[in-house]
Amino acid sequence: MKILVPTKRVPDTDQKIRLRADGSGIDDSNLPFVVNPFDAIAVEEALRMREASAEEVEVVAVGIGSDDYESELRTSLAMGADRAILIECGEAIDSWNVARILCETVKRENPDLVLMGKQAVDNDANQAGQFLAALLDWPQATFASKIEFVEGSLRVSRETDLGNEVVVVGLPAVITTDLRLNEPRYAALPSILKARKKPIERIDIEQFDVVIEPRVQVLEMEVASTGRNCVRVNDVDALLSRLRDEAKVI
Amino acid sequence: MRILVVAEHDGTTVRSGTRSAVGFANSVAERSGGDVECLVLGHEIDAAARDASLISRVLSVDGVTLSDPVADRYAKVIADVVSDRDTDLVVAASTTYAKDIVGRAAGLLGGAMASDVVAHEVRDGQLVMRRPMFAGAVTATVTLTGHPQIVTVRASAYEGPEPADAPFEITTVNIDESSLPNHIQFERVESKTSHRPDVTEAQVVVSGGRALKNSDDFERLVGGLADQLGGATGSSRALVDAGITPNELQVGQTGKIVAPDLYIALGISGAVQHLAGMKNSKVIVAINNDPDAPMFEMANYGLVGDVYELVPQLIAKLHAG
Repeated sequence: MKILVPTKRVPDTDQKIRLRADGSGIDDSNLPFVVNPFDAIAVEEALRMREASAEEVEVVAVGIGSDDYESELRTSLAMGADRAILIECGEAIDSWNVARILCETVKRENPDLVLMGKQAVDNDANQAGQFLAALLDWPQATFASKIEFVEGSLRVSRETDLGNEVVVVGLPAVITTDLRLNEPRYAALPSILKARKKPIERIDIEQFDVVIEPRVQVLEMEVASTGRNCVRVNDVDALLSRLRDEAKVI
Repeated sequence: MRILVVAEHDGTTVRSGTRSAVGFANSVAERSGGDVECLVLGHEIDAAARDASLISRVLSVDGVTLSDPVADRYAKVIADVVSDRDTDLVVAASTTYAKDIVGRAAGLLGGAMASDVVAHEVRDGQLVMRRPMFAGAVTATVTLTGHPQIVTVRASAYEGPEPADAPFEITTVNIDESSLPNHIQFERVESKTSHRPDVTEAQVVVSGGRALKNSDDFERLVGGLADQLGGATGSSRALVDAGITPNELQVGQTGKIVAPDLYIALGISGAVQHLAGMKNSKVIVAINNDPDAPMFEMANYGLVGDVYELVPQLIAKLHAG
């Protein structure tokens, strides 16, 4: 069995996001990057499937981007992925083009399962997995919080607004991961050293039959205003009278 | 411009998010000319279609293989209806239902999709939208290229229309169910059983954070205050991770996005990912024993102190009227 895990390189979520002066995008100088947390969960789940499986399972991490991606692919390799593919692409691409490139990668690699994060925490679009499943005409199970094998299929618990939903998908399939599926492991130093020797195959985007078709144009970005002038009250009575008489919300 | 709103319903009633999506669609139609229809999908959905017809014209697609909201079949039906009717704009509320199903439909329709839209204008005939990125730290202004365009909107950002006195027309659309994919088997949904309103739909939300030490205390303090105010309960991720509260209560970037009239944060420090889920609430109250908690910067009213001491006082005073 082969599991393909697309991983995106995103700014560390602990960091404050600053914008370039002209509002054209984020200022990424000196910004530390990490594997998108939801994708790290996907890597972890693929590794757990490999560890639990009697048959041989290969875990392949995929990144789409510039040379900078290598360190995040090494992170996935250090966690335990068998190999990695870097699809070299110089421009920033939206979910539609990510899905199209992944679709070509799937045709090349023929995985049984694509496991990926439900969303990347930079653009928060929550689209690429669903787009990929549609392009491949494969079943999908989004927002997975539990995955188990059942007779050649996968039973997936999905976190929905209405509660926990359970579906069974045949393989091949696309599954997107939610937060509570697992807690990704930290790579130990020996694994990090070993990962340096694992192969990263580089494929120029030109080798794919994909012409980038931008779908979402970002005209401008601005820092969302958040602060409010907090009125500090001294006790419960003062709070209740403010809420009743001033804010009129109770 | 032909606009299609994909409705979400429980078999009898259209969910409130769909009403907001119709509100967005009507606003676009007013500015750019055009008409709005609501697509009601499922099996035995007459009541839901009638409910939808109070806010919009309705297309009803009823099929035995559509009894559960399964992504591959539903997305195919949506894409077929959109293609047949040459729809220009597909709209849905930004819920897990739409992210799953309408997201897949968008993948069948060319991928021109914007998620979580919170504001819009029509500029020279072009739909220009604003949507949050980076856990809400950044607001991006975006346009879409491609046809049709697919948009999900934050329910909290748009008002639904008032129900009409006379219902709009309901048109039944027949489909060939044998042509639909069938690779996902729906087993069950373990729905929540709570006497409280849904956290995404409530006017008042009381949320608890790390200060709450166990489930009983959460229920007594957070639940008790919510009940006095007729509100819903929410939770920070810390409590979900600690097993004190169930997943579906989590408010934040990776949980529910809420914007009630009143949001009361009890012992929540105010991590960025939590703020992303509630910062558009109309009035925010923070109660925390740490006077430097970031939540105070987001709050209209702040009270420094121990929630174990202050919340029982609040409950008692509200109860006494």
